[in-house]
Amino acid sequence: MFDYSTMLRNEKLPHIWCPGCGHGIVMKSLLRAIAKTGWGKDDIVMVSGIGCASRLPGYVDFNTLHTAHGRALSFATGVKLSQPKFHVIVVSGDGDALAIGGNHFIHACRRNIDLTLIVFNNGIYGMTGGQYSPTTPYGDKAATAPHGNLEPDFNVADLAKGAGATFVARGSSYHVPQLDDYIYKALTHKGFSVVDVVEACWTTHGRKQKTKYKNNLDMMKWQRDNAVPLAKAQTMSPEELKGKFVTGILHDVDRPEYVDRYEALIESLKGGDK
Amino acid sequence: MSEAKYTFVQGNTACAEGALYAGCDFFGGYPITPSTEVAEHMSDMLPRRGGKFIQMEDEIASLGAVIGAALAGSKAMTATSGPGFSLMQELIGYACIAEVPCVIVDVMRGGPSTGLPTSPAQSDLLQAKWGTHGDHPAIALIPNSVEEMFTETVRAFNIAEYFRTPVIILGDEIIGHMREKIRIPAPGELEVINRKLPDGDGVCRLPYRADGKNPACLPNFGKGRFHVTGLNHDGSGFPTMDPSIVQGSNARIIDKVYHQRELIDKVEKIQCDDAEILFLAVGSAARAAEEAVAVLRSQGVRAGLFRPVTLWPFPKKEFRAAAERSKFVVVPEMNLGQLRTVAERMIDESKHPIVPVNLVNGEPLDPEFILDSIKKCCLK
Ligand code: SF4
Repeated sequence: MFDYSTMLRNEKLPHIWCPGCGHGIVMKSLLRAIAKTGWGKDDIVMVSGIGCASRLPGYVDFNTLHTAHGRALSFATGVKLSQPKFHVIVVSGDGDALAIGGNHFIHACRRNIDLTLIVFNNGIYGMTGGQYSPTTPYGDKAATAPHGNLEPDFNVADLAKGAGATFVARGSSYHVPQLDDYIYKALTHKGFSVVDVVEACWTTHGRKQKTKYKNNLDMMKWQRDNAVPLAKAQTMSPEELKGKFVTGILHDVDRPEYVDRYEALIESLKGGDK
Repeated sequence: MSEAKYTFVQGNTACAEGALYAGCDFFGGYPITPSTEVAEHMSDMLPRRGGKFIQMEDEIASLGAVIGAALAGSKAMTATSGPGFSLMQELIGYACIAEVPCVIVDVMRGGPSTGLPTSPAQSDLLQAKWGTHGDHPAIALIPNSVEEMFTETVRAFNIAEYFRTPVIILGDEIIGHMREKIRIPAPGELEVINRKLPDGDGVCRLPYRADGKNPACLPNFGKGRFHVTGLNHDGSGFPTMDPSIVQGSNARIIDKVYHQRELIDKVEKIQCDDAEILFLAVGSAARAAEEAVAVLRSQGVRAGLFRPVTLWPFPKKEFRAAAERSKFVVVPEMNLGQLRTVAERMIDESKHPIVPVNLVNGEPLDPEFILDSIKKCCLK
């Protein structure tokens, strides 16, 4: 059995998350993946914004930085560029990463700076009580969409890839062994890596979708039944894929990394004016 | 390299040079007129010295990167102007509560909104103090010459590092773009203060527990795996809602600044001792006021200038003392009365009537305008 206690600030537990929340599952997956890298705890900086998922850094025994809503990636960029020796991991909810933090998200992708972003994507603003987010499914009810959400949702992976991220994977809180693998590969990838983790918030989202889910177990079953591995998805038509989500390592390319480029610039300027 | 040198540069360049002198090794910024030359100079100089420059996607991200870098151990700075300064307000509050040293340069321009991007103004005097939500310490320095853009930037870093708090430099379009000859002191000539690091192994378990009246030391990331948050927190840095702790820590981040003013306070007084007409002015408006004082003195009028170089915290005691003998307190400024509202709270207007002189048309405030404005009311 994996010993989580060596990586947790045990005295800070229990965590604030609701029973049945996906965040704990993803946190454990993240810790297992980190353990597999063999990185020292002093060499890891974990950064978050604001929201339920963003409380995670308070529970883990690394250098931890709980920033302002949406801004985690900008703080992380400063940490990484200042001290490239750190492994910088950003944890963020969908509202945090993609709405208020959307600008930082696309530019971190474009820069291809060596950070790993885990998006705890439950399609809702949990902490503020269930308002619709950029990944709330069209038509779902939310505290600010009592008549159903009128906005289409982001495809996080397509957005990341389009903006220039060099590693993009999608998993779910149901498919845990796969998630461990995706996160491990994201962590060890050189460049900006994004793992979009489809998970569930029963407390503020599931409960309101009376026709979809009876309980939070139904939300897990939804993940089980609607995840389509990439290889299979490639054989399916867009109609067949409707309402489902594609999982796997969706994008993995090599491109010069930002901090490396900066270090090379410093090196090239040594020895006076050029 | 070890000698002082003279150079002829614009204020924004002097500011960047001051930052480098103070050991700044990280700059995050976003282009905005009239501050951009600070970023341009840093983008050239920092990589030559092994430092880091990054142009972020907006001003919020710029200050975010600066705070992240500061926590990783850098001496970090950003520079902006009016609209960008407005965007930075949220994270200025973050740096205050999380006690992260950093320097924010605001080269003021006309406002509100996009206003007059290329024209001078003193539009952010109050925003520098009250811009971010919540009670917080505010330190703002306001140079009135190119040389002071250099020396005040060094001082801004010293104060930021010592107190673990953001320090704001209020330049303006005139000071930022004007060229003057300045003396760049030899290395070691000006004091450079670095943040207090924990002794020994560099670990500090209570990075938010003050050491007497001094701020606690700030370990660099990598030492002791501490936690930083914008939530109210206890001495260890972890969130708390315990009323007795929150009350104390909210007061402490302000008290640490207001109870230790030696490093912060700085005022220039020109012929204040017997002044019947006392000018209260800052930044480029003070240059014009200084000239107005000279003209008035040549006419036998006892005029003087009280110029806060540190605007926030405001030098209340000294100002009151300087105003004691005055018949009028004239406040020339390139806004509609921001400094005046400060003066109103400090002195008894029935004894020392306050005479506002305000210009917000994008033109520089000049001595003639000041003298014209006060002719009727103050000069018989
Ligand atoms: S509100 Fe939702 S996201 Fe937040 S802890 Fe509860 S279940 Fe998780």
